[in-house]
Amino acid sequence: MGNLIMKAFLILEDGTVFQGDSIGAQKEVISEIVFNTSMTGYLEVLTDPSYAGQAVTMTYPLIGNYGVCYEDMESCKGWPDAFIVRELSRMPSNFRSEDTLQHFLEKNDIPGISGIDTRALTKLLREKGTMNGMITTNRNDSIEEILPKLKEYRVTGVVEKVSCKTIENYAPGDIQSKKAPADKKIAVIDVGTKKNIIRCLLNRGCDVTVYPCTFKAQEVIDAHPDGIMITNGPGDPAECTQIIEQIKLLADSGIPVFAICLGHQLMALAHHAKTYKMKYGHRGANHPVKDLKTGKVYISSQNHGYVVDIDSIDPNVAKPWFINVNDKTVEGLEYIGKPVKTVQFHPEANAGPKDSELLFEEFMKMIGGKR
Amino acid sequence: MPKLEGIKRVLVIGSGPIIIGQAAEFDYAGTQACRSLKEEGMEVILVNSNPATIMTDKEIADKVYIEPLTVEVLQKIIEKEKPDSLLPNMGGQAGLNLGMELAESGFLEEHGVKLLGTTAETIRNAEGRQEFKDMMERIGEPCAASELVENIEDGVAFAEKIGYPVVLRPAYTLGGSGGGIAHNREEIEEILANGLRLSRVGQVLVERCIAGWKEIEYEVMRDSNGTCITVCNMENLDPVGVHTGDSIVVAPSQTLSDKEYQMLRTSALRIIDELKITGGCNVQFALHPTSFEYIVIEVNPRVSRSSALASKATGYPIAKVSAKIALGYTLDEIPNAVTGKTYASFEPALDYVVVKIPRLPFDKFIKAKRTLTTQMKATGEVMSICTNFEGALMKALRSLEQHVDCLNRDEYIGWTDEEVTEQLHVIDDRRIFIIAEAIRRGIAYNVIHEITMIDIWFIDKISILVEMEQKLQAADELTPELLREAKRLEFPDAVIAGFVGKEEKDIRDMRYQLGITAAFKMVDTCAAEFASETPYYYSCFDGSNEVAGNTGKKKIMVLGSGPIRIGQGIEFDYCSVHSVWALSQEGYETIIVNNNPETVSTDFDIADKLYFEPLTPEDVENIVRLENPDGAVVQFGGQTAIKLTEALLKMGVPILGTSAENVDAAEDRELFDEILEKCGIPRPSGQTVFTTEEALRAANELGYPVLVRPSYVLGGQGMQIAVSDTDITEYMAVINRYHQEHPILVDKYLMGKEVEIDAVCDGEDILIPGIMEHVERAGIHSGDSISVYPAQSISEQIQKIIVDYTKKLAQSLHVIGLINIQFIVYEEKVYVIEVNPRSSRTVPYISKVTGIPIVDLASKVILGAKIKELGYQPGLAQKSDYLAIKMPVFSFEKLRGAEISLGPEMKSTGECLGIAKSFDEALYKAFLGAGVNLPKHKKMIFTIKDEDKEEAVDIARRFKKIGYDIFATRGTARVLNKNGVLAIPVNRINEEAPTLMDLLLDHQIDLVVDTPTYGDKLRDGFMIRRTAIETGVNCLTSLDTADALLKSLENSAAEELSVVDIATISNGQISEDC
Repeated sequence: MGNLIMKAFLILEDGTVFQGDSIGAQKEVISEIVFNTSMTGYLEVLTDPSYAGQAVTMTYPLIGNYGVCYEDMESCKGWPDAFIVRELSRMPSNFRSEDTLQHFLEKNDIPGISGIDTRALTKLLREKGTMNGMITTNRNDSIEEILPKLKEYRVTGVVEKVSCKTIENYAPGDIQSKKAPADKKIAVIDVGTKKNIIRCLLNRGCDVTVYPCTFKAQEVIDAHPDGIMITNGPGDPAECTQIIEQIKLLADSGIPVFAICLGHQLMALAHHAKTYKMKYGHRGANHPVKDLKTGKVYISSQNHGYVVDIDSIDPNVAKPWFINVNDKTVEGLEYIGKPVKTVQFHPEANAGPKDSELLFEEFMKMIGGKR
Repeated sequence: MPKLEGIKRVLVIGSGPIIIGQAAEFDYAGTQACRSLKEEGMEVILVNSNPATIMTDKEIADKVYIEPLTVEVLQKIIEKEKPDSLLPNMGGQAGLNLGMELAESGFLEEHGVKLLGTTAETIRNAEGRQEFKDMMERIGEPCAASELVENIEDGVAFAEKIGYPVVLRPAYTLGGSGGGIAHNREEIEEILANGLRLSRVGQVLVERCIAGWKEIEYEVMRDSNGTCITVCNMENLDPVGVHTGDSIVVAPSQTLSDKEYQMLRTSALRIIDELKITGGCNVQFALHPTSFEYIVIEVNPRVSRSSALASKATGYPIAKVSAKIALGYTLDEIPNAVTGKTYASFEPALDYVVVKIPRLPFDKFIKAKRTLTTQMKATGEVMSICTNFEGALMKALRSLEQHVDCLNRDEYIGWTDEEVTEQLHVIDDRRIFIIAEAIRRGIAYNVIHEITMIDIWFIDKISILVEMEQKLQAADELTPELLREAKRLEFPDAVIAGFVGKEEKDIRDMRYQLGITAAFKMVDTCAAEFASETPYYYSCFDGSNEVAGNTGKKKIMVLGSGPIRIGQGIEFDYCSVHSVWALSQEGYETIIVNNNPETVSTDFDIADKLYFEPLTPEDVENIVRLENPDGAVVQFGGQTAIKLTEALLKMGVPILGTSAENVDAAEDRELFDEILEKCGIPRPSGQTVFTTEEALRAANELGYPVLVRPSYVLGGQGMQIAVSDTDITEYMAVINRYHQEHPILVDKYLMGKEVEIDAVCDGEDILIPGIMEHVERAGIHSGDSISVYPAQSISEQIQKIIVDYTKKLAQSLHVIGLINIQFIVYEEKVYVIEVNPRSSRTVPYISKVTGIPIVDLASKVILGAKIKELGYQPGLAQKSDYLAIKMPVFSFEKLRGAEISLGPEMKSTGECLGIAKSFDEALYKAFLGAGVNLPKHKKMIFTIKDEDKEEAVDIARRFKKIGYDIFATRGTARVLNKNGVLAIPVNRINEEAPTLMDLLLDHQIDLVVDTPTYGDKLRDGFMIRRTAIETGVNCLTSLDTADALLKSLENSAAEELSVVDIATISNGQISEDC
């Protein structure tokens, strides 16, 4: 920690200003401000590519308590534009901790603000909907000049930014997965994947080929994978028109497809359903989703600002599989006549509960794999 | 609806008298469950022997049985009431054990009673040590290496195989009773012997010692559809080794990464799924501090102290939801009452920190061993909520009301660093203060950590508080920034003033000038993700206020009673809650302020607004500034609330009911004497003193024995009978450990019959529901006496005098509301010994047994109603046609080294009631309810002080007559034998074996009657009493109690027990036949 704490300001689109202390990298940033209600797992949140283009507020007030355990990273780096906390722990304590969160933010060039009333901020976002905002250490910025800039800001092109650039191959045993002989091949379409999606597949004895978001469906199909996984990712799904076209081809290929989060939205769009931006999204580790077949409810990890419009789904094309118990939004779809299943939430967890990790077994069943 | 078919009449079992390890949390859970069942249209039949509870109100249940919690009594109630189902998991371990016994014997099945919620098999799998271990092994969840033993040899052999230290846990006991950590053969033998005896099934688990690991708890819920959720997890600041009930606990966990958090969460859910629990469950883990290794310590398949804490910490009503699940609802069908928008199948997200600190009874038992172990010793707890850990800790510390408002204590001045380091090894209630002291002296974090095993994160937080103290001390000038930061960390103004050398008022003024004021935030279960309406608030100094103070309605603030402690228990919560309900009925908005997570009053739907805050003037002022209440009620919250009177008046809040001056007049010796004189009411002569010298002079003038006590205390705190100058010197030293603002009273001690009344007074008329008479002569605290309603040996004439005195006193003191008066009847003359113009311990008891709701009446009287308008005849209510006997219950076995002999200072933790048409039956039931179950071996020990020896002869003769063999110390035996009662003389402890001690340890003794010589603490008597308690032998220290027990034994076989539904009682009469 630096000796001199520098003041920082969070300026929202509606003109609200929060004053706090600067944390992380010292730079000015404009971003979409969202909040996450997970009480643990700040590093997983920071390294989840779905947060690209957003500034994340943690509603839990004490962040950084257990430091940084690099092996918990969900991708190669931190993605959010900024990080907003009430209190950044000065004394991380955990047997695995290798670094402080402050240093991690600095290293990843992520600016942030601490010492603000994150609950007040969250209430604002809840009441007015997700807003854009600026974090700056410049006291002299003129609000009048900033506000139009904030209103203008749009999150675009983030999928390309987070996706891998070339094909990557993984075998069981890689990235701390269980070592076992592989008997299946999975193609993963990376629109912003978290490492744990890949790890969950490796753990189940799959060789994994990860394709960048610029993939061509035919190339994937020609590789004869046993199954295809379309991952989570950031941004407005409707913007990804080219990817949607390719996904449509994958869905029609007869190869079993499982999709998570952004993948789920893209699959729905490929089947002429619509998505819309939610008022303030679902971001946290406590969202109940109900399996409509069994009536069982799972607590899930979620991170999405857009959702598939349940009324736009052609009942002959897909039927709801999961719904959100709180707001009844669609949380999963089963496509009719195609081996395609998709979920809005994160069965791979990290951060969050592992209750729905058994959906990977469901996927294995779809591809006829072991377990 | 998915509700189970055929459930209409549900029997709910409560947890019985309050004892250490089983306290108010079960009244909270049971009350919530009953209300939840009634919401579903169920008829609720409630059984609990504890009359001080809210669950035993007729507003809560349809049929109420305040009866001993035994299998026989429950069978009778089931036969009479014919419930179709039984909910056993709301009454703690006691309730669960009973439910189990009824299920296992086949009685429930025979009578067509369904066990709701958790099944008997589940309970067995979770509670039976071996079954549990087998199940854990089957699903691959790790338990500590352990073996269940039924004798000492096997225990020693196993311990020597796995190596010391080992943990010993008796199966089926309360609060870890009889458990402990053994470091060697000697210790294991001692603890095992005790544990085997205390275990209901004679089994003790010998287990690998995991002391020093992190202790983490998960509160989980599961419905019949297999949906599992976590309500909250909690981390104990004190590592494994200290009972979680005695640990400082923080929610949520602070030092676990998501990997560890989820690993344990997954494990907890697997366990409840495997156990097929339907309802709430608590899972305790030990987590290795430097690896992912963990061990499942324990599973409680029921609501618990932890579930009450978790409910209050998150806003998630575990008991309520559990009851709904028991009726067949699934979690996604049960709305979350807090948000109104989400469902119970949702995991609360906290955006604050919760700290719980236990309230330990060492201020009452100054001789008891303060060491904290796996055996619980706390009588209660406080909880606090803040946006940061440091603040939550500071708030919790001052909520304890133990003269401590920060981590800085003078007592370590003069200690060397070595002494401080050495003291770090001692695990007791002062550990957090010694850690602060160690930090103050620059002892390194890792040194502290290696000794205490407390996580560095917590040590650093303590350090942040110490650093603030130092910054304040060093500050040339208190800058706004420093003040703001100190307030963020919840330093009270008075503490800041102390450190910077100013007055509290200066700090307060400076704060208001700078606008540094408390803001209030809502506990909403969801970290503000959803809009919530539930008015459950806490304060912080680093945020904006989100609570609307002005609602347009007239509002009244009710001050709660804080943590449960000996002398101020659950009864004051009963009073607070009833007052809130009555005020609300009258159309007022009600605001409750309290800090006790175990109670009904801190449930979010009792008052219109709940402030979970410390009960100090400054904290209350923060609320007053926001709410501007039209009045405050202090007379129901025990001494905690009364103490706030002056501060509230200064804030401009009118005190409703009896005015502050009159409360003072009752406590102020001179004013009170004037009133007595004016009314012509005698009291034992006495004087007020401050110093030991004055006390000695007073005592000698009055003549021994005298009663010594501080004024303004509850539960006879610090009260003692002195027979000599030595006693006076000793007691005065104890009392003056803390600075006394008020004088100490020295009174002539009259050994007469003690009589007590509670009355409502409207300024003109009084209403006395009944006169209670104590079985024990004056000198034993009223809370520790057996109390009989209606009074049996008081003549009509004396009763009239009592009513007359009550009326005069109530009028002279201008009492509006409740008044409690204790009298002594000595040589047919009535003396007043104590007047408390407020609610008392006996209020729930007398309300229930007379059917006269005096708290409700008092609350309405406070608002201006007259007794006559409320439909009651002034004066003494008609006597009921049956008797109700209140029996005190003690927790001495939990407190190593505590003196058990009864005296003017209260020692009981709870009470139970025996209610019947005849005195003998009521008495028998009262003893039964208190767990005095005689006879077994028909052998007893007498050791009687000289003054009592003559009187003891007859009692001994009667014991002999009902078949008891009597052993006695030499002097006692001589007197007994001389009077023709055969008694076998036994050697004193320091004499040749066999001694009294050997006799006790032989497990052949049912009962010890030991009337202690004053000040025999270091002598045989103390040892005998302790050994009796620790080997589970009943020990009576008053001949009056022995006489009562005898009466009960002499008549116990006479008739079959009856059971009484007290919901049918009104105005002292039972309206239906029972």
